[in-house]
Amino acid sequence: MLNNKDLLGIKELSVQEINLILDTAAGFKDVLGRDIKKVPALRGKTTVNLFFEPSTRTRTSFELAAKRLSTDVINFSVPTSSVVKGESLIDTALTVQALGADFIIIRHASSGVPHLLAKNLNASVINAGDGTNEHPTQALLDAFTIQEKKRKIAGLEIAIVGDIMHSRVAKSNIYCLTALGARVRLIGPPTLIPENLKAMGVSLFHNMEDGLRGVDVLIMLRIQMERQGKGFFPSTDEYSKNWGLTPERLCLAKEDVIVMHPGPMNRGIEIVSEIADGPRSVILEQVTNGIAVRMSVMYLLSGVKR
Amino acid sequence: MRIHIQNGRIIDPSQGLNTIGDILIEDGKIKEVRETISPHPPLDKRGRRGGDSPDTRIIDARDMIVIPGLVDMHVHLREPGFEHKETIKTGTMAAVKGGFTTVCCMPNTFPVNDNASVTEFIKRKASQEGYCAVLPIGAITKGQKGEELAEIGTMRKEGCVAFSDDGQPVMNSLIMRRALEYSKAFNVPVISHSEDLSLSEGGVMNEGLLSVTLGLRGSPAEAEQIMIFRDIVLAELTGGKLHIAHVSTKGSVDVIRNAKKRGVHVTAETCPHYFSITEDAVKGYDTNAKVNPPLRTAQDVEAIKDGLRDGTIDVIATDHAPHHRDEKLREFDMAPSGISGLETAFSLSMRLVGSHILTFSQLIEKMALNPARILQIDKGTLGVGSDADVVIIDEKKEYTVESQKFISKGKNTPFNGWGLRGMPVITIYKGKVYEW
Repeated sequence: MLNNKDLLGIKELSVQEINLILDTAAGFKDVLGRDIKKVPALRGKTTVNLFFEPSTRTRTSFELAAKRLSTDVINFSVPTSSVVKGESLIDTALTVQALGADFIIIRHASSGVPHLLAKNLNASVINAGDGTNEHPTQALLDAFTIQEKKRKIAGLEIAIVGDIMHSRVAKSNIYCLTALGARVRLIGPPTLIPENLKAMGVSLFHNMEDGLRGVDVLIMLRIQMERQGKGFFPSTDEYSKNWGLTPERLCLAKEDVIVMHPGPMNRGIEIVSEIADGPRSVILEQVTNGIAVRMSVMYLLSGVKR
Repeated sequence: MRIHIQNGRIIDPSQGLNTIGDILIEDGKIKEVRETISPHPPLDKRGRRGGDSPDTRIIDARDMIVIPGLVDMHVHLREPGFEHKETIKTGTMAAVKGGFTTVCCMPNTFPVNDNASVTEFIKRKASQEGYCAVLPIGAITKGQKGEELAEIGTMRKEGCVAFSDDGQPVMNSLIMRRALEYSKAFNVPVISHSEDLSLSEGGVMNEGLLSVTLGLRGSPAEAEQIMIFRDIVLAELTGGKLHIAHVSTKGSVDVIRNAKKRGVHVTAETCPHYFSITEDAVKGYDTNAKVNPPLRTAQDVEAIKDGLRDGTIDVIATDHAPHHRDEKLREFDMAPSGISGLETAFSLSMRLVGSHILTFSQLIEKMALNPARILQIDKGTLGVGSDADVVIIDEKKEYTVESQKFISKGKNTPFNGWGLRGMPVITIYKGKVYEW
């Protein structure tokens, strides 16, 4: 059983809850492999995708997860909504709830928006990425994928490479993987890795080669083009030369290393195509697993006693 | 109309007074302050004590503390322009409830108080609708844009007691230098909102592990400290009178302490939230804990207390910053900064007396006498002949903060639900009595 009606972040979950979500997801993955990929578990429920930031893969993944569970799905698309007419966030959310939403999947550029909605709504709020805070279902699907490939998480050496400071994926992954017993290291330029993250029990590397030695799992983060010219690094070219993943660098990791990326990728910047499309990459499997994990989350939240 | 306050413990640091005694008020002025000759003088035929005439109002202040009306040199009354947040009427009513009889309102209204006609409007409105004295603070620069000096001299004549671009730092060092120089002609302090905007860029809370884990943009303590240092150096260069608003960090306290040792003409204030709570109040994205400068760490809180204790920080001001509910009920990084502080400031500050950081008398210095001295106004004293601005405190009264019951329109406080002790029960402003 989960303890709260909402999934706001990994921070808010216990290890037991994380494991429950992962175990339940395994069952749903079986469902997705069947000829008929749909279960009636949440028939009659309504899911609203409330995305204030552009997203294709996460929104589609949630939409598919919701449909596989037989809920009705509405995509509340911001550019055509009253938000552009100046409606406040809380009014939009209350309106969505009044339409009868049982699940509200929210993505927003401001950290803490899912928390604000959760406090003010009865519906289950699922964080699909808030600002630079968390993206919990991404971390859960990453953990699921690692567990599937490595049969365990505890004791693994896992490196997260890139713009840690602005990455909600990195934050959720740090909480999730350290909670499950992995040793997490962060690699990237000092401007993008706040020193105080050490307090979270991770180690920091500014040199890519040093950081890659002996890792079991590599999570590459997307370098956001809008960071260029903000003084975090001089150019994507220089970034790529120092922290881009190349076949030569990959040789420093363990032989059976797996390479992950939450997408969308900048090929040739943080990762070269030979690796992204190569045998060590599990990037597309992450996408498939995302549906199973999101089904698991919705299914478990529906069982939370109010 | 006479008022006779009897048998209270009178604490007035302006006269070094800490005694059980009586105060006599006549025509809105302090007529007499004397030690009680007999704690229980016999009643006369009309049942009155001490030969008071029939039109004398007698206030029994036994077991109460009687202090000069508090002076808050940093409030936002929001009028003109933002009357949905607060008005001169509601803000001064909240002030009186909180024990303040003088408030100095910052110029970030709409239009900005950067010219004498806005100053005149505020003064007139305050005299018509205000419950206490309102002394405006004018903008340093036109439109608070930090580019061109506002008409400091003209606003001074109209009644501005200090100048500040509060809410906005004067980023241009040359303009700040000119302000500190020019203001010398009118003998007024320049109040610095110290924040290096290029360093604090987009920051909505204190920078640190917590800002990283909450995913909120942090503003480092150094953004405050650097600007305080710059302004101190400029005050040294020019000989102008500098007052540092809302000091929140350990580094800032250190910089000011050093400057004072060197003899620089600098004074400083802090606010109750900077010595009462830490950045932890932001957890859960509580926009009521969003304030600028942001709430800091436990180490900073201790340093602020040290600064109050050793005199580095001269003044406790509220930075009363009321906002409408709808403005705070939104995305954390979009919500406006500020805490509605007038109605909790005194009780929160009383905690410093309880924890032996300040004596009660020192507390009154920081909340009444020192701000009056910095602004060179005849307030913050119970001296004979002064305005009868008197507050009676029940130091034992315990209560729970209920923001919905605030008189201020701004219910935005991180202290809702706190149990506090000690509150003003009667506030007298120029002989007018308000009691609760």
